[in-house]
Amino acid sequence: MTVFLQHNRVKLALHTLREAPGPRLLLLHALGDRSPERLSGEVERWPGAVYALDFTGHGSSSVPAGGGYTAEVLMGDADVALAAIGPATVVGRGLGGYIGLLLAGARPGEVRGVAILDGAGLAGGGDTPGPAVVRGVPGALSAPDPFALVELGSDLRPRQYVRRFAELATEHSPLANPIAVCGRQRPAWLEAVLEVPGVVEEPLEAALQRFAAFG
Amino acid sequence: MRLHVCEWGDADGPPLFLVHGGSDFAGTFDVFAPLLADAGWRVISWDHRGHGDSDHAALYSWDADVRDALSVLDSTTPDAVPVVAHSKGGGMMLQLAEALPYRLSKLVVIDGLPSRDPAPDVSDHEHRKFTQKTLAEWLDHRRAAHINLRKPGTLEELARRRKRMNPRLSDDWLRYLVTIGARRDPDGWRWKLDPAIRFGGFGPWSPEWSLQRLKELKVPLLGLTATVEEEMGWGTNHRALLPYLPPRAEIIPFENTGHFIHIEHPQRVAELVLEFLR
Repeated sequence: MTVFLQHNRVKLALHTLREAPGPRLLLLHALGDRSPERLSGEVERWPGAVYALDFTGHGSSSVPAGGGYTAEVLMGDADVALAAIGPATVVGRGLGGYIGLLLAGARPGEVRGVAILDGAGLAGGGDTPGPAVVRGVPGALSAPDPFALVELGSDLRPRQYVRRFAELATEHSPLANPIAVCGRQRPAWLEAVLEVPGVVEEPLEAALQRFAAFG
Repeated sequence: MRLHVCEWGDADGPPLFLVHGGSDFAGTFDVFAPLLADAGWRVISWDHRGHGDSDHAALYSWDADVRDALSVLDSTTPDAVPVVAHSKGGGMMLQLAEALPYRLSKLVVIDGLPSRDPAPDVSDHEHRKFTQKTLAEWLDHRRAAHINLRKPGTLEELARRRKRMNPRLSDDWLRYLVTIGARRDPDGWRWKLDPAIRFGGFGPWSPEWSLQRLKELKVPLLGLTATVEEEMGWGTNHRALLPYLPPRAEIIPFENTGHFIHIEHPQRVAELVLEFLR
């Protein structure tokens, strides 16, 4: 089942992959990707409901004109989904992992743990700005939006900035270790996040067991 | 997306672009621009996305604003053009000048040169001490963005609200701004600025970077700086800027003047700009 949620002028597609009582799981896809159509892998063993969100300009969500993507606005996408489903554990691939971390820092009471997985858009545009560029793209108004690929593939993720979100998550979350790094990629921002006490490296399966046990 | 473009002066004159700042609109150049037009320039400005009479967008970002700016320049001429930019518009044009150094012939920045502190009218740049509360408030605002409306009021009330941000501008001028920057709904006047846009914010940009990069600027630069701090001001300290200035740049501080230097002293600023463009 798919419902559409309003985030400013964008309609976001929220897919229910499994309806069930118990703890909720929200899947966030990678850059240029879309939500899976069915459950597979470790998340299949999740004991409760599973939802998946298509970010702005991706999957079945609307594609706005003229770009202007930022990771912070995508954090808003994920937060709108959180408002619709209630407190949930977040599993994010690539860009979705980065967005999940930001959301865990901003909504520590509602994000019941985040697992960060490898995937497209995990690194972003690095730590400091490169040469100034005016980024334009040929205007195809279909998903995945080329503006999203260009802008979110090059957005800056300074270590100190991202680290602050990890600190807020570990400081305010009811979970002891609310951030689990489950992939192998280590962009500079993720190295900085791993320095924050309370952030752990562990396999996805172990992280999901911990988060599900919290309820 | 449609951008609202304004012109003053002879359509056959050489083009000169004016760029407004955050939460502002091109109509605030209505006294200053004619002074430049009277000297023979075809003066062109536009409302940024979500501002004034331009379309409200689904997404807003600094890079999108710079791209929109370039599209307005491109729609007019492929040649290098002079630009006068205020506040956040100055920061945007410094980035454009760095990315495309031969697109601008000369650049005047009115109280918008980089400073060590984050600028208040830029919603997507780093605010160093953001807290969990700041983030939650920002997300709460996003959750309600599709139903938010600006608060209606009488023309006088909107002018008074604007006065809090522009305490040095005359009441007559602020009332005039309401008639351009606001629209009249059945329940009162409302600013046209997209309610999804928030004053201040957070994001992964350090003001220090803009300062470091200023040195590399190739376009001749004239900077005018305010000396009286205001809510919308950038707090640029002209002495702190001196070590970062590129060759041939000139900075002129305006004593006893707030953030809107060109509105407080239109004649004096127009004279300096025309002299610099000569």
